[in-house]
Parts: sequence; C-alpha cells; structure tokens
Amino acid sequence: MATADLAHLISLAREFRVQIIRMLTHAGSGHPGGSLSAIDLLTALYFGGFLRYDPKNPWWPERDRFILSKGHCVPALYVVLGQIGYISEGELLTLRKVGSRFQGHPYPGQPGERFPGIEAATGSLGQGLSIAIGMALAVRMDGRPSRVFCMLGDGECQAGQVWEAAMSAPRIGGGRYRLDNLCAIVDRNRIQNDDFVDKTLPLDPFAAKWEAFGWHVIEVGDGHDMGAIVKGLQSALEVTERPVVLIAHTVKGKGVSFMENNPKWHGVAPKPAEGIQSIREILGVREGDWLDYLRRTPKVAAIVEELQALETK
Amino acid sequence: MPAKATRVAFGEAILELAAKNKRIVVVNADLGKSTMTQKFAEVYPDRAFNVGVAEANLIGIGAGLALSGWIPFICTFACFVIGRFETIRLSISYSHANVKIVGTHTGLGIGEDGYSQMGMEDLTLARALPNLAIIQPADEVETKQAVAYAAEHDGPVYLRFTRQALEPVSPTGYTFQFGKGTVLREGTDVTILGTGGPLFNCLQAADRLAAEGIRAEVINISTLKPLDEELILRSGGKTGHVVTVEDHTIRGGLGGAVAELLSEARPVPLKRLGVQGFGESGDPRGLYAKHGLDPDGIARSVMKFLKI
Ligand SMILES: Cc1ncc(C[n+]2csc(CCOP(=O)(O)OP(=O)(O)O)c2C)c(N)n1
Ligand SMILES: [Mg+2]
Repeated sequence: MATADLAHLISLAREFRVQIIRMLTHAGSGHPGGSLSAIDLLTALYFGGFLRYDPKNPWWPERDRFILSKGHCVPALYVVLGQIGYISEGELLTLRKVGSRFQGHPYPGQPGERFPGIEAATGSLGQGLSIAIGMALAVRMDGRPSRVFCMLGDGECQAGQVWEAAMSAPRIGGGRYRLDNLCAIVDRNRIQNDDFVDKTLPLDPFAAKWEAFGWHVIEVGDGHDMGAIVKGLQSALEVTERPVVLIAHTVKGKGVSFMENNPKWHGVAPKPAEGIQSIREILGVREGDWLDYLRRTPKVAAIVEELQALETK
Repeated sequence: MPAKATRVAFGEAILELAAKNKRIVVVNADLGKSTMTQKFAEVYPDRAFNVGVAEANLIGIGAGLALSGWIPFICTFACFVIGRFETIRLSISYSHANVKIVGTHTGLGIGEDGYSQMGMEDLTLARALPNLAIIQPADEVETKQAVAYAAEHDGPVYLRFTRQALEPVSPTGYTFQFGKGTVLREGTDVTILGTGGPLFNCLQAADRLAAEGIRAEVINISTLKPLDEELILRSGGKTGHVVTVEDHTIRGGLGGAVAELLSEARPVPLKRLGVQGFGESGDPRGLYAKHGLDPDGIARSVMKFLKI
C-alpha cells in the first residue's frame, strides 16, 4: 500500500478515536478500552480495501460480512459505519438513549428496520464466530465470492463456544467447503473485564491452539501500526484451503494515557473533563498548545464545547 | 436507610457469611467487579475462583464443588448463567447439587447496556426446574437475610439481584421467611403483587391510587418458587383483582406463576405488568416510564384494569 494511503488510514483512525470518546462521554456509559484497541484494525479492514461493501447498497448480496463478536465495542463499529455513510454523525450521539437504534450492544433491528452493517446481534461473548461460520458456509453454498470477518476479544476466547467454532471451521461438511473465506481477528489486548487475561485465565500458547485446530495463523506484532495491520490483512486474503485467524497484539485504551493498559477502563465512560483530555491526547496536542489549537480547529472546538456543556447537565 | 442495589447488599452479605461459614465458596466468570464479589476474593483468596468468560464451565465447577460438600455461590449476569439452561438443568438441578446461582443485572433496570445484558427471561426458565428455589429480594434488608437463608437451604437456589439501587420497602423489624410473601400495605380493592426492582414503585402507585379512592393491597413476593399460594389466594379472594408487577418478561415469570395458580385454584381477573417485547438501551428511569413500570404507569394500568 502506498504511503499516502497509509497516512489516510492513520488520520481516519485518529478521527474515529475522537468520535468514540465523544459518543461514550455523551452516553455516560460504555466500553472505551476495547473500542480504542480495535479501531485501527477496523479502520484498515473497512477503508484499506479489504472488506468489500457498497455504500449505496448496504444489502448488496455479494458484500463481505463483518461480525463484531466482542459486541461491547460497538461504538468503534458505529463510527466506521458513519464514515461509510450508513448513519449520520448527529445520530451517533443518541447512543444508549431511550428509543435510539444505537443500542449499547449490536442489534440488527427487526425485519423492515434492519441496521446496515450490523449483521447479527452480539454482546453475549462467545457467539460470533459460530455465526460467522454459518455465513461463510452460506455464501459458499450460494456460490458467492463474499468473505466473512469476525472480531473477537481475547478474554472472549475463554468461552467454550469459541473453541467449538474453532474446531469446526476447518472441518465442517467433511472439509468440502474449505472456509478460506473466513477470517477471525483477535484483539489481543491482554485485558478482560475484571483484570489482565494472564491473571484471570491465561490463553497461551494462543497461536498454537488455533494452529492445532487447523487454522492458518497470522500474528500482527503491533496492532496499532497501520502498515503492519495492512500487511497482515493482505496475507490473510492470500491464504487458501483454510480459515485464517489474525492475532493482533494491541493495547487496550490505545491513544489515551490514563486508559492505556488499565483494566479500570474496560467498561467505564469518561466524564466530560476526561473526555476532553482524551481527545487532546488522541490529537497529539500538548496541554499548553490546546487553546491555540482549538482556536485554529473549530470542528474540534465544537466537540469540546459540547462535552463541556454535559458537565453542567 | 439509603437506597442500595441488591447486588451490593449481596456482596456485603457473602463477605459476612463467609467469616462464619467456612464452606462458602465464590466462583465468578470475569464479572467479579459487577457481581460485587471482588472484596470476597481479596479477603478469601483460597475460596474464590474466576473461571474467565466461560459460563458453562462456571456452572459445572459449581456443581462439582457442591456435590463434594462445598457451598458454591456462582456469580454472573442473570442472562449469561440462566442462558446456559441445559447445563444448569443437568449438572445442577437433576444432579441435586447444592449450588447457589447468583444472577445480577436483571431487567430494564440495568439501563444503557441494553437487552443483550439484561436478565429478562431468567425467571421463566428457572421456574421450569422442579427443585430450584427462586428468591428475588426487594431491598438491602431482605437481601442480607435471603442470602443467609440460601447458604443454609439444602438444595439449589437461584438468587436474582439488581444492578440499580433500590429504596427500602421492608417493614421495620422485618424477618425473611422462605416461601412467604409480605403484605407491605393493606387494601381491599385490588391486590398488587410485586417482586424485586419495581416494588417501591408499586407502593408509590398505591399512594396515587389512594388519592383516587382505590385501596390497593401491595404484597412483596420475594420467593417466586415455592410461591406463597395461600397469601395470594387469600388476598386475591378479598380484593377480586390481581395485578403482578415485575422487571422481567410478562411471559412465565411472576405473572405466569400467578396466572397458573389463580386459573386452577380460584379464577380472579389478572393483569400482568412487565416487559412485553425485548428490552433496550436507555436510562433506567426512562425505560421504566416507557414500559409502564414507573409509579404513574402502574397506577394507570391498575385504573384501566379496574375500569375506572
Ligand atoms: C457471555 C458473556 N459473559 C460475560 C460478559 C460480560 N463482559 C462484557 S465484556 C467482558 C470482558 C471481555 O474481554 P475481552 O474479550 O478481552 O474484550 P476487550 O478486552 O476487547 O474489551 C465481559 C466479561 C458478556 N458480555 N458475555
Ligand atoms: Mg481483551
């Protein structure tokens, strides 16, 4: 991928981080840590030319599918879907409010009111990969070229159903379908709800487990290095005969100093002042330069004002 | 006494009980922070286990501990544990394992996280298992006593707790009695049977109804199984109208249990209040208002039911 394209992805991801913090601060609850660890991966997947979709036709039958099995990180998916144009920016701020279609966890909506880009209900960990296998089989049987991507958390990989799915994907149908159209992506941020994964129930040797179950494993050493992510996804698409799992080593809360690698920020939304500090850090602006920056950047200034207004509410 | 979430009261209760009862064990599934059992894990590290995000394993390990003489409290969100119904059915229920299943984060009251995290059908499922006792306390005082009772109860128990703080509703000097409901307010025109989260709103609705000249009897049904049939039949027979109120689907929970009872033993007109469809995200108060579980909503439904 050309350097200019990489730079574009990096700048998109930065904007997405700001929007994630903005949404969560408005909502007053939600999961920043895993949303921030996943956003670079999602950005590359959706805007690096890997996931195929038609912004004008969200239900294009040949589209690739994406299942967010770690459904609590749906704010990251909402901002991505907003960028595609499936949703308006203003609507994002209704997250988690009564009557909003922006549920706290992915909800595909009832027939007639389907949510473009949300392919299945998730939020109970462990279920997404099985759904993804079903979809990968379905498109195969229908003779479509679609691929299916599924993102899992590492804590989520303690769930038995993940390994039922892992065991079946390379073998289902007696291996007739060879699901090389299936790609699992694990956000390996090493933290779950209560604590670090290693202090709760370690997963290692993690890559070896997937390999033993018959998957092709690709590790991305730094899941925030856009170049490395892009390379990882490129090689994932080249794999034939077997499903692929991309294990991306990430930092939970990436981009915000006080959230990074801190289990406390799994499921707590920032308060307005914390939200504003987060945005400043994401944008890489020093405290002393902040007011000046805001004067020069009305779009960010508007968001900051909006969050300040929440303080008095 | 200030309002307190029953999950918080549970966390305090289990800590106190464990000091005396050395057979109590707590098993978590990566929701120790949320089920309020982290303090227990700090104080009694040898009797605390976290199995990670793995609820079926949680249930099985609980069963094994119980079948070998320990008293495990297995703790997670109600939807995730009762959702592994068939595992409970065999490993705990049919094995007659003395496991205390703790389900927190029940109903619309959890608010913003939305339906996927809400215990919404757990009572329906739990009721189907013959030997599983079900207790849903309505405030702090009752929770502490109910947890102490569950530890002594010989057999599996399902304890259902709230994420949100609950105002006290129990009378002063209250003593929890397993299988017994409590009349919180006497009345002659309609019986309101409430359980858990919305009970305080039932009492407030009774105030509003009183202003309209309707005397509502409000009863706390904290043991859902076995049901206090005698009390319900007596009160329903007296008032001639029964309303059930629960933060749970109207299919098969308290409303379902009461419908089964009344239709067989003494048909009395019944109105079930609760959640009709799926739950959803939103602030808890707003959700209670939208789904008619706030004081005004309950009072309105009662008036409509009485055709006033
Ligand atoms: C079946 C199930 N059990 C428990 C939960 C509660 N829960 C939500 S997020 C979470 C931790 C997930 O950790 P991980 O998969 O590592 O996600 P990430 O670090 O990417 O946020 C838990 C236990 C759930 N959503 N589903
Ligand atoms: Mg994690």
